[in-house]
Amino acid sequence: MGLKIYDEVEEKSKLTAFLSGEIDHHSAKEIRKEIDINVQKLNPTNLYLDFSKVDFMDSSGIGLVMGRYKLQSERGGKVFIQNPPPLIKKVMLVAGINKLAKIVSIDVPLSEMQKAKESAQNSDKLSVQAESAEISVQSGSSDKDNNSDENIKKET
Amino acid sequence: MTKKKAKVINEIKVSFPSLSENERFSRLAVSGFASQLDPQVDEISDIKTAVSEAVTNSIVHAYKNEIGKIELVARIYDDNKIYIKIKDHGCGIPDVKKAMEPLFTTSPEEERAGLGFAVMESFMDKLRVISKEGKGTSVILTKKLRTKLDK
Repeated sequence: MGLKIYDEVEEKSKLTAFLSGEIDHHSAKEIRKEIDINVQKLNPTNLYLDFSKVDFMDSSGIGLVMGRYKLQSERGGKVFIQNPPPLIKKVMLVAGINKLAKIVSIDVPLSEMQKAKESAQNSDKLSVQAESAEISVQSGSSDKDNNSDENIKKET
Repeated sequence: MTKKKAKVINEIKVSFPSLSENERFSRLAVSGFASQLDPQVDEISDIKTAVSEAVTNSIVHAYKNEIGKIELVARIYDDNKIYIKIKDHGCGIPDVKKAMEPLFTTSPEEERAGLGFAVMESFMDKLRVISKEGKGTSVILTKKLRTKLDK
């Protein structure tokens, strides 16, 4: 399990959580704890869950998205599912989770991935204690990200 | 369950305690066993997901407040079919039909989506659930894999 979180875009309106490894009932607890702590801290309008590095997921992953959707809705926010690999997407479509959280494919610039990776390096080791997750707040590069919504390709 | 001419060519039996760590172990064990059928990546993924769902059900529901034994049997038939049985001796399901309805869950507080059976059903060819209250539950999954000629 690994979770990489960083705050993007100005005014903390977007948070992307990079999930990795296998999501099952066993690992989902820690992942959701870590996401929720960071959502509480940063209060993002849009929560992006990046699945590009997830190798396995069962319906526990669906529960994870449903739960985050519920919490975000209560706060007036949204959840997006970012870049799920085909086999992960298959589970999502069987469950119809795309009706709650839009599936989007976004090109994540290498520099941002790198930043997320660096910020997660410490938190990976301490992932048992979700509170130790480090967040690197990125500012300044928001111009480029402002357009990211237009770059989102809706998938069917 | 099986057509009369199909012959068992291999079989494994594994039993393990209902610890959530074993969700991963069980699906990897079955995927390792199934690999001798030379399955496609998507077929292995389907099987792993279905096994994970069934084993998670036993851990979360059957043995809700205890640790019990889960027995897994997997067989390969000469017609390229895989048979998987996941059996527990837990609390059982009072109403199997209801439990199989999509989105039905008795553990919403744990963020269970209520989609376990729906996922098993759509990822495998056949799903059979035998349950008795107070005695336990058996989930039988079968799937015929594409033969090499189909690939």
